[in-house]
Parts: sequence; C-alpha cells; structure tokens
Amino acid sequence: MPLPMIRVILPQHLQILAAAPREVALDVPPPVTQWSIIDALEARYPALTGTIRDHHTQKRRPLVRFFACEEDVSFDPPDAPLPEKIASGEEPLYIIGAIAGGGG
Amino acid sequence: MSRVRVLVGTKKGAFILNSDGARQKWDVTGPFFGGWEIYHMKGSSVDPNRIYASQSSGWFGQVIQRSDDGGKTWQTPGGGVAKSADGMPKGESNKFVYEGNPGTHMWYDGTAHPWEFKRVWHIEPSLNDPDTVYAGVEDAALFRTTDAGQTWHELPGLRNEQGSKWSPGAGGMGLHTILLDPTNPKRMFIAISAAGAFRTDDAGATWKAINHGLHSNYMPNPTAEVGHCVHRIALHRDRPNTLFMQKHWDVMRTDDAGENWREISGNLPTDFGFPIDVHAHEPETIYVVPIKSDSEHYPPEGKLRVYRSRVGGNEWEPLTKGLPQSDCYVNILRDAMAVDSLDPCGIYFGTTGGQVYCSPDSGDNWSPIVRDLPAVLSVEVQTLE
Repeated sequence: MPLPMIRVILPQHLQILAAAPREVALDVPPPVTQWSIIDALEARYPALTGTIRDHHTQKRRPLVRFFACEEDVSFDPPDAPLPEKIASGEEPLYIIGAIAGGGG
Repeated sequence: MSRVRVLVGTKKGAFILNSDGARQKWDVTGPFFGGWEIYHMKGSSVDPNRIYASQSSGWFGQVIQRSDDGGKTWQTPGGGVAKSADGMPKGESNKFVYEGNPGTHMWYDGTAHPWEFKRVWHIEPSLNDPDTVYAGVEDAALFRTTDAGQTWHELPGLRNEQGSKWSPGAGGMGLHTILLDPTNPKRMFIAISAAGAFRTDDAGATWKAINHGLHSNYMPNPTAEVGHCVHRIALHRDRPNTLFMQKHWDVMRTDDAGENWREISGNLPTDFGFPIDVHAHEPETIYVVPIKSDSEHYPPEGKLRVYRSRVGGNEWEPLTKGLPQSDCYVNILRDAMAVDSLDPCGIYFGTTGGQVYCSPDSGDNWSPIVRDLPAVLSVEVQTLE
C-alpha cells in the first residue's frame, strides 16, 4: 500500500524563495515528525535549507512556528510523531512566520 | 554604445534599472525576491553578468542569490542537496558559521554578548575571479567564497583585532564596507559599526586597526584604537592609499592607507551622514549627503543636498538641481550611493523614501529614475559595453 502524501503549507516568503506553491505534497517515510517532514521538504526544495532550521544549531529558527490540527506544535520534540491526521495526509502541517514586529 | 545597469536593494525586494549611456530613459525590472530584505547586490567586474545578492528575513534567515545572466534569472548556489558523511546538509549558499568559538563582543550596555550571525550586509566580488567573493556580515565578520557562493568560510583573523571590544551601532554590528586594493591583491580595507576601519596586507590572515586620528566623543576614550562608528569608506582605484570616510560624525581622509586620518568636514552644514563616494575619473572629487544629526536621520532644513568637493575635502558645494528643496525628510543609507565609469561620470543614490536619483553629469543635475520603491538599502552600478 503506497504511503499517503504529507501536505505542507508554506509561508509566502518561502514560496517565493523556492518558487514553490502554497501547498506541497511530500513522500515522508514513517514516523512522520517535524524533522522528517522538513528533511523531505529540503530535499525537494534545497533552497529552503537553513531557512526553517538554523544551520548552526539545527534547531527551529526562533520566529518560525509549526501548526498541526490547529495546535501550535512548535515546542513539541521535533522527532515526536505528529497527529495521525497529518500522517494520513488529511490535514496539512502549517509552517508559519510568527506574527511579530511589522516594522515595514 | 555603453550602457548602465543599476542594482537596487530594498526592504521588500530587488530591482534592476537599465539605461543606455545617455542615462535619460530607464527600464525598470523587479521586484525580485519580493517581500525579502535585499541588503546588497553587486556584480563582478570580471564577468558583469555574474551578480550576487544578499537576501534576508528576520523569520527565515540569510540566503545568497546568484545570477549568471545579468539579473534575468537567479539561483541559490549550492542548493543544499549535498550531504556530509554523517547525513548533515552541507554546501548551502546560506550557511555562514563563524570559525571556532567567536567568544563575545561588547553589548550596548557594556556587558559581554555572544557573537550571533544575523545577515550579510555587503557583498564584494573579487577583482580577478568571478567565483571569489567577500561578504561582510552582522555580527561583524568577513567571509569568503571561492566557489561562486556555494560555500562560505570566515577569515577569523579579523576578530583578533580586539573583537571583544567591538559593539553594535544603532543598526547592529555590521561589517558594511569592503574595499579591495586594485594594485595589491593582498591588501583590503574593511569597516565595521561600531569598531572602526581595519586593513590587511596578507589577504585576510592578519589585520590592523587603522583608526589613528579618529575622534569619537561618544566613546569613553574618544581616541581609542577600536570602537569608532565608521559609516563608510571609499577609495579611487588610481590612488588606493587615499581613503575617504564618513564617520558617525566627521568626514575624514587618509593618504597613507589608514595610518593617519584627518578631518575634512570643512564647510559642510553637518558632518553626520552615511554614504561617501569618489568620482570615477577625478580622485579628488568626492560626494557626501549630510544628515541633520545622529537622532534626526534626514537632511537639514528638509532640503535634499548632495555635497561635492573637487579638492579632496574641506571645501564643499551643495548640489541641488533636480533634488527636492523643501519638506524632504528621507535618509540615504551607507551603501545606497554609487558611481558609474562613463564620461561624464554618473552619480546615483537611493533614499529610504524609495526614490533612486541619477545625475549623468557628475552631480550638476539630478532626476529620479524611480520614485516609489520600498525603502532603498543599497545601490550599485555596472557600466557595460
């Protein structure tokens, strides 16, 4: 049985950078976690490497947030399995630039 | 016939402005990288179709873009597909990691603060090799690529020049100026806010602070070896030992490669400002844009005036024809002025109000190329055959 396609919603800045659509579908081998999705995303769109996870720390950049099933999962362990609705492709994982500042 | 290509970095993307040598009619393309801050773009003098751009965002970090066709198409060199033996990504164009443990620098309140990479402020392609480029970054350091932007490596010797005493200016602790000596491939000059000017004579291995003669009243020791808020330095390729400096306050000059500086502010209405540049064919003709004060970043009296000295400083004349002379309260940032190498020399600058002005006659007459871009962060010009 083929694996379900994992759905990811990209913020506009990253759509522009990677010339990618708002929603992308990815093959992600289980377990489906924040990091396994980002690994697959970076493999598909290499230009995104370093923009979500900091190069130096390999941690989520401070003003990037992950939302799954209407919950902010940004502070969950990045290798923890995401909800079944994400793993099944029923719901997308949202990658969001935090609403901060607005200085122009 | 010669033509010019003006590279404009703004707070919300990049724009490229093209004209023939008359510099009267312009074709505007962009925005490229819409929504991203473009601190700087610069083309290679060896291969003018090779252009590098620094693209950054407070959310998503730093990206380097490269064009090999004069700005028509862009790519992120390196791309990030390569993996090291342990599975970690490598070779990304946007990976700027300090060498070793950089330690701390001084924070605004005088306490020690760890070095943190934030963005690339300035890109300076080599004069000899289109694949070799220097990048000045915040927190202040100098990086180099020799593979056309795929990988970047720090030249850490610079930090040995009392890096723990450097501190950020109001805009951050950026290495914003990189000048390559056209007569000596091992010599370059850089400037940092707020650390000062530095010179290397061995291609970046070791550095020397070159701030003797600077006087900064805002420092506990106004004549300290480092800590001066240098806003920009400029040189003429025929006289690489003569440098001109716009400092936080004061316009300065050295004729011995930075060993000694002297003030040349002369009759300027204020000697605060950001950019300074040199005429392409007259090494003693220089340009500044006076700004009212360190807390009032707009032209005095609401009059946008470029000041020109034809005698290397001290005696300045305002250039106003075609520039707004009332109710103008924009700023001109440090990397937002450039000159072309046509004859007569063209002078260009961009404002935080989104205008890019051109004077095709060395500053006598000005007109806007565009009026309504996002705030302009940088302007560079390529003169093309």
